[in-house]
Amino acid sequence: MITELFLSGIIVWLTGAVASLALWRHPAVARRVGCSAALAGSLLDLVASAAVLFSGSTTAIGLPFGNPAFTWAIRLDPLSAYFNVTLAVLAAAVALYSFGYLREMEGRRNLGAFGFFINLLLPSLALVFTASNAFFFLVAWEVMALASFFLIIFEHEKEKTRKAGMLFLIMSHAGTGLLLIGFLVLASASGSLDFSSFHLLASSMPPLEQGAVFLLFLFGFGVKAGLVPLHIWLPEAHPVAPSNVSALMSGIVIKTGIYGMARVFFDFYGPPPLWMGTLVLGLGVASALLGVLYALMEHDLKRLLAWHSIENIGIILMGFGAALIFRSLGQANLAALALIAALYHTFNHAIFKGLLFLGAGSVVQATHTRNMEKMGGLIRRMPVTALCFLLGAVAISGLPPLNGFVSEWLTYQALLAGFGTTQSLTRLMFPIAGSLLALTAALAAACFVKAFAIPFLALPRSEEAAEARECSLAMRAGMAVLAVGCIALGLGATWFVPVFDSITQQTLGVRASAALVTAHGLALTAGTGHGTVQGGTISTAGMALFFLLAGAAFALPLALRWRRRSVRGPVWDCGLPGLTADNEYTATAFSKPLRMIFSALYRPRREIQAEYEVSPHYPSAIHFESEIERPFEQRLYGPLRERIMAAANRMKGIQAGSINVYLAYIFITLILLLLFGVRG
Amino acid sequence: MIQRLIENATQLFLLLALAPLVTGVIRTLKARLQTRRGPGILQPYRDLRKLFGKGMVIPETASWIFTATPWVVFFSTILAGLMIPMVAAKAPLGLFGGVLAVIYLLGLGRFFLALSGLDTGSSFGGLGSSREMTISALAEPAMMLAIFTVAIGAGSTGLTEIAGAAIGQTWRFLAPAQMFAFAALALVLIAETGRIPVDNPDTHLELTMIHEAMILEYSGPYLALVEWAASIKQLVLMTLLINCFWPIGLQPTWFGFGALQGIGWLLAKLLLLCCAIVLLETVNAKMRLFRVPELLAVAFTLGSLALVSTFLF
Repeated sequence: MITELFLSGIIVWLTGAVASLALWRHPAVARRVGCSAALAGSLLDLVASAAVLFSGSTTAIGLPFGNPAFTWAIRLDPLSAYFNVTLAVLAAAVALYSFGYLREMEGRRNLGAFGFFINLLLPSLALVFTASNAFFFLVAWEVMALASFFLIIFEHEKEKTRKAGMLFLIMSHAGTGLLLIGFLVLASASGSLDFSSFHLLASSMPPLEQGAVFLLFLFGFGVKAGLVPLHIWLPEAHPVAPSNVSALMSGIVIKTGIYGMARVFFDFYGPPPLWMGTLVLGLGVASALLGVLYALMEHDLKRLLAWHSIENIGIILMGFGAALIFRSLGQANLAALALIAALYHTFNHAIFKGLLFLGAGSVVQATHTRNMEKMGGLIRRMPVTALCFLLGAVAISGLPPLNGFVSEWLTYQALLAGFGTTQSLTRLMFPIAGSLLALTAALAAACFVKAFAIPFLALPRSEEAAEARECSLAMRAGMAVLAVGCIALGLGATWFVPVFDSITQQTLGVRASAALVTAHGLALTAGTGHGTVQGGTISTAGMALFFLLAGAAFALPLALRWRRRSVRGPVWDCGLPGLTADNEYTATAFSKPLRMIFSALYRPRREIQAEYEVSPHYPSAIHFESEIERPFEQRLYGPLRERIMAAANRMKGIQAGSINVYLAYIFITLILLLLFGVRG
Repeated sequence: MIQRLIENATQLFLLLALAPLVTGVIRTLKARLQTRRGPGILQPYRDLRKLFGKGMVIPETASWIFTATPWVVFFSTILAGLMIPMVAAKAPLGLFGGVLAVIYLLGLGRFFLALSGLDTGSSFGGLGSSREMTISALAEPAMMLAIFTVAIGAGSTGLTEIAGAAIGQTWRFLAPAQMFAFAALALVLIAETGRIPVDNPDTHLELTMIHEAMILEYSGPYLALVEWAASIKQLVLMTLLINCFWPIGLQPTWFGFGALQGIGWLLAKLLLLCCAIVLLETVNAKMRLFRVPELLAVAFTLGSLALVSTFLF
């Protein structure tokens, strides 16, 4: 049954891809076909993978072609199913949203091609999560990268878009290269490309090889996940894509990196050496902190969200790192807690970041700009979008009682528990990481005050913003699905946590939910009973109930009564003639204190030019420019690019341009490989 | 069940009733120390009564965020207040969350307050929001380190467990780790409650105010709610500080005479902390905004020292 459902989902997607491409001359039909197929395929995938997740069983599917070396083997185990559920929920909401979002593009863009690529991206993602053969995995991985590339450059007439697409493609392939080497090393050790033959294999290799393979996979998947310092493509590529694609990219495509790490670190490796977890934890902290610090400096709404993806990947990796460390120390229960925190945050981030990107899409479509400084006052013109975006902002800031709070709380508990697991001085890294997580979360809250308040509140800062119109019903429905998801995953934490039992059983051999859910399913606790810290409790449902009761009993009646006593009046404008949008605080001004405090990192540069006509006291025009340094681009990738270009220049000599010479090269290579093969 | 209700109701009453008093006591003591007469310790109650009776002006530019914010701030502060041990080590709503939930609930209130500052479109509101979010973000890591130190000692982030573990160890606060953590948390308390040298609660000078700038456009009952919530938050953080580090007189559970004794001790310790705050506010001048990060860096260092000393001692 699960096999049929899963495969029919894939077939629906692929049929939709072909059909919408065939119908490209009829944009309205192509749009409906493409989005319906995406929605239907997602729902089928959701049912199939949810069934696997709840039953905890594993379904293996062998496609009836291929040969023994390159089997097209699919395996839906709980870990795969979990990522598939994440994919399906997000993709269904995005498909719903796309019905309305793409409508504006009808006649201007090739919606047939869009339908094709999106319905190619979704099955490739589902197969990345389920492929159980390295060859098949890499094929799906590559299709995913190419489909993403074409979706990113969908608005390809802009130079910037094409450049961002190229950067994505190059970085993505560099990552795939690392993965290929990693898989080949594993395959040469096991003699098969099948994932089941890799189970716990990596840990039986010599330490040096083991470490090298670990790094290959960490950085290979890290490129896709947007791990610092491999993140540079992410803030370029995600914003230029159409917003429904950005939602998928940030929500789920980067999670393939997380899935890959989970698969390799918890399936192919047994208990790893301590340094591996420590490295992941450290990279997680760096990604989280740098992601949010650079997000604060953005006033391009979509770039800001893209930087936050890097931050959240960092938070997920902190959980992963802790889980790896606990696994090395033989603390299976704590490892389960940390893994649950990381995976919970993975799902949460897909939901709220998807929501925020969809909200940003509606805003950008209504105002025709991504620059926050040109928005403002949209809460009156677009009330539903504003409410959904606000819920997403509260969730991503980790504030109770929504879902971001639950997973961040679990991460804190995992880090705190880590302090008691070892006696060495290294245990200090847990509370330090925890305090930096606190800094990250607080900075994220500051950033989302800006990201919500500047576009949505106060007075409109441009004509477009003043005349913005609420988005269509389908778009609102798509956002509403994800907003409800944020609430449900927050309030229903105690019902959601048991889902992880089958995953932790599969990867770590323990079931943690019985220890995590307490007080008759009302509260969540971290009482794993192994670390020094038994953990406190939280009850998001209880908090929500308190707010609801207090609101109904006091806020509503009193607010209604006070309303009769209230009048609307002008805002204090220092006696100037009327408040205008020019008086408002801007996004740049809002983050100015942080720009000054962290100036050692940003190295801000600003340029002010004033033009005078009569006297320097009365400038006729002022030109202001401010930018911050991009250290990774300038210090790391700039020199690297120069080296590569120089090397390429030197290699020009062997490129004669004659086909005969190239044939000779191929022949020589073949001979050498054959010789190598015979000797080996 | 009945017992639970009584506990919650008592603590709720204490929070609502004591918070303005603490503000009043601090103001009066400060006035006396500066050889002024001061308005009397009951002035905050009179202010609240007056404000609740007034009508209000809501800015034309404001959205529903502006009217929802006072409620969100008020209720989230109350909820946080019910999660801390006040009279006895047992926190009435301890099941709903421990110290992390308290911090994040206060963060929820601050998030909405900052939104409402920007909602009016006045530059003062934006200025206050920007500064408030900056300072609170920088205070966070120091606070977390101090709290981790305490939580590690108690083996839980639940406040009932933290306060419970401290009972009977009257002189524990002399341990280096405790002293460092206490100092770190005290500095954070000053920053979080907007007191000198970080912010001046009495000022309405445009360029220096932080909290006041955010709520500049509130009037009437909504201003009363926001002010009340601010004083409750101050009480919550002060209580947290004294009951986690200096649990003398704290009862393990709520029971009859013990509860009364607990309230007595609470008042006495609060008064002592008020005196310390007043002294600190009087001998210090308000810092320039860009000196505040240095103060918070000191707090962070103290927090780190606290952690290292748990390891050493």
